[in-house]
Amino acid sequence: MLLLIKYTLLYGIVLMLVALGGMFSEHSGVINIALEGIMVIGGLAGVLTTASLPKGTAPVVVVIAAIAAAALAGMLYSLLLAFASINLKADQTIGGTALNMLATAIAIVLAKNFNGSTSSKISYTNKAFLFKIGDLELSVFIPIGIILLIVSYIVMYKTRFGLRLRACGEHPQAADSVGINVYKMRYAGVLISGFLGGIGGLAYVIPSVQTWNFEVGVAGTGFLALAVMIFGQWKPFNICGAAMFFAVFKSLANIADSTALSSLGWSSNIYNMMPFIASMVILAFTSKNSQAPKAEGVPYDKGSR
Amino acid sequence: MAKENKPSLGASLRQKSGGVLAALLCILIGMLIGLVVLFIINPSHAWKDGFLRIIQGGFYDFPYGVGKTLTQTAPLIMTGLSVAFAFKTGLFNIGAAGQYTLGAFGALYCALVLNLPWWACLLASALFGALWGAIPGIFKAYLNINEVITSIMFNWIGLYLVNEIIYGRGSGVMYDAHNTRTWKIAEKAPKSLIPSCGMSELFHTNNTTIAIFLAIAVAVLVWVILEKTTFGYELKAVGLNKNAARYAGINEKKNIILSMTIAGALAGFGAGLFYLSGGSEWNPLNSTSLPAMGFNGIATALLANSHPIGTVFSSLFISHITVGGAYLPTKYFPTEIADLISGIIIYLCAFSMLFRGVIEKKLLHKNDMANANADTAPKTENGKEGK
Repeated sequence: MLLLIKYTLLYGIVLMLVALGGMFSEHSGVINIALEGIMVIGGLAGVLTTASLPKGTAPVVVVIAAIAAAALAGMLYSLLLAFASINLKADQTIGGTALNMLATAIAIVLAKNFNGSTSSKISYTNKAFLFKIGDLELSVFIPIGIILLIVSYIVMYKTRFGLRLRACGEHPQAADSVGINVYKMRYAGVLISGFLGGIGGLAYVIPSVQTWNFEVGVAGTGFLALAVMIFGQWKPFNICGAAMFFAVFKSLANIADSTALSSLGWSSNIYNMMPFIASMVILAFTSKNSQAPKAEGVPYDKGSR
Repeated sequence: MAKENKPSLGASLRQKSGGVLAALLCILIGMLIGLVVLFIINPSHAWKDGFLRIIQGGFYDFPYGVGKTLTQTAPLIMTGLSVAFAFKTGLFNIGAAGQYTLGAFGALYCALVLNLPWWACLLASALFGALWGAIPGIFKAYLNINEVITSIMFNWIGLYLVNEIIYGRGSGVMYDAHNTRTWKIAEKAPKSLIPSCGMSELFHTNNTTIAIFLAIAVAVLVWVILEKTTFGYELKAVGLNKNAARYAGINEKKNIILSMTIAGALAGFGAGLFYLSGGSEWNPLNSTSLPAMGFNGIATALLANSHPIGTVFSSLFISHITVGGAYLPTKYFPTEIADLISGIIIYLCAFSMLFRGVIEKKLLHKNDMANANADTAPKTENGKEGK
């Protein structure tokens, strides 16, 4: 049971962070399929930072440096999406797909280069990222995630910036007519999603294992986060709930074989499949009154009506 | 496309060459960035051991390497066609990977369990792919859910489903526990292998078959369907403007579903071509990621500007540099440089429309200077550009 809670929290926080990132991007009007790639790049940057810091570095410094690197790398990488979809008005889904493919290639090339060998596995110590409450081992990303969730809610619904951001995703022409710079707001949305996605990528990779093979990337977590975002109907606290719901299934997949659940005879594949099926069902039922930002996916062109 | 005033031959030629030039520009920039990366990693070996090997591709190890390129090109053409076909109807089939997975299952099941002849296995692979393509189509047509989201979900559902059935907790009928892969078709069901017709002897491989010719034939067939039939015209009309198509009496729901179904069948067929060539087997344990073939199909379709015949050439190119990447000396370079290059090329393709616009303007400009009388053609073309 403790194991279930641990895995659920670990994985749920990851999904929540990345889905929140997607939420910011989509509320500004840019569909962010590239979340998967952003996670890979963020995770890579964080892991490389952790692995290359000298042995004796204080844990606090390690954590801050790694997270900062992950967030920064995620933002830089998301700039590529922002540039293609905002300045060049390219198709956002195609640009995002390209960035996903590129991310894995970049990660493998950099990881192999870091090792100086043909292995894309990077080893590191993750002690600095873990702490214990009783018997429950938790990662620092859990408090960080909760803080970021609250901050996201406040930014999105209680500030002028959030209101303007949402306006750009709903009706950019109207936003523009009252003097909001739609291009700037969309850049902001995508950059925030890069920030959160990068941290999410690190949170996925680092707490659970001490070696990561970058050939796996993040195994579809970015896509699952997209589903979480839809499941949560583009609202921060709903997203948190949806993330935990999805994480329970994922955790069940991890521990299915070693606990009493194995008597059910369901394999991890079935548990892995469930969140995707659940989100399809939800999508089917909510499609009529979807809360999706209305102008998402449409490049903003000042001249068009 | 413009119905009443057909663009002159010159204009359409110019537009085509604009597309080809834009694609070549994407490739050129992608290769240049790749070269820079090679130089950063290992300057002293970057040119001869790095860049030239990638450019040489399979020819570095002729004829074996070329045979390998052809084996990989066949499925890539099919997934490229799948994506391109959906593009023509205004749909983005990111689900080619999932359809490919299901197609692989269909082919392997018919081969290993039912021992059917190769053509029946191929049909089954197309059928399974079609099923997996139809689902996002139905969701799109009747519930208006974005096909990208649905396809992504069904990619993963398909992957886990196929792995579950094949693995069967270690005792699946198609699963060879000793090799942790499906049984070799060559041993279990030799008549399910696509005939080689001397191709393997020619290229000194054991898995080069007539698959490449089948893929090219399908590409021609797709071109004929899209360009020469009413059905293709309807599909494209739905892609250009759904509302206008409905107004013109085209059943847009039916066309969306059909388009996705056919796209799925094409991707599934590609998996059949690959696995029935006998070169490799499905590994249900290692498949935590979707088959790359499906995503590379997006690359080739974009590079070819969704033209079926163009897809053949872009697929040849992509597998050429991928095979070339595999020949990189691992002592100096990671082989994934080739993936890096193709990734950059697709990213550039995402805004190749922009390149194309610039190139066409340049070409137009030249033409205007040379031939001042031909001012009707450029006008139609400007109209078309604004789609």
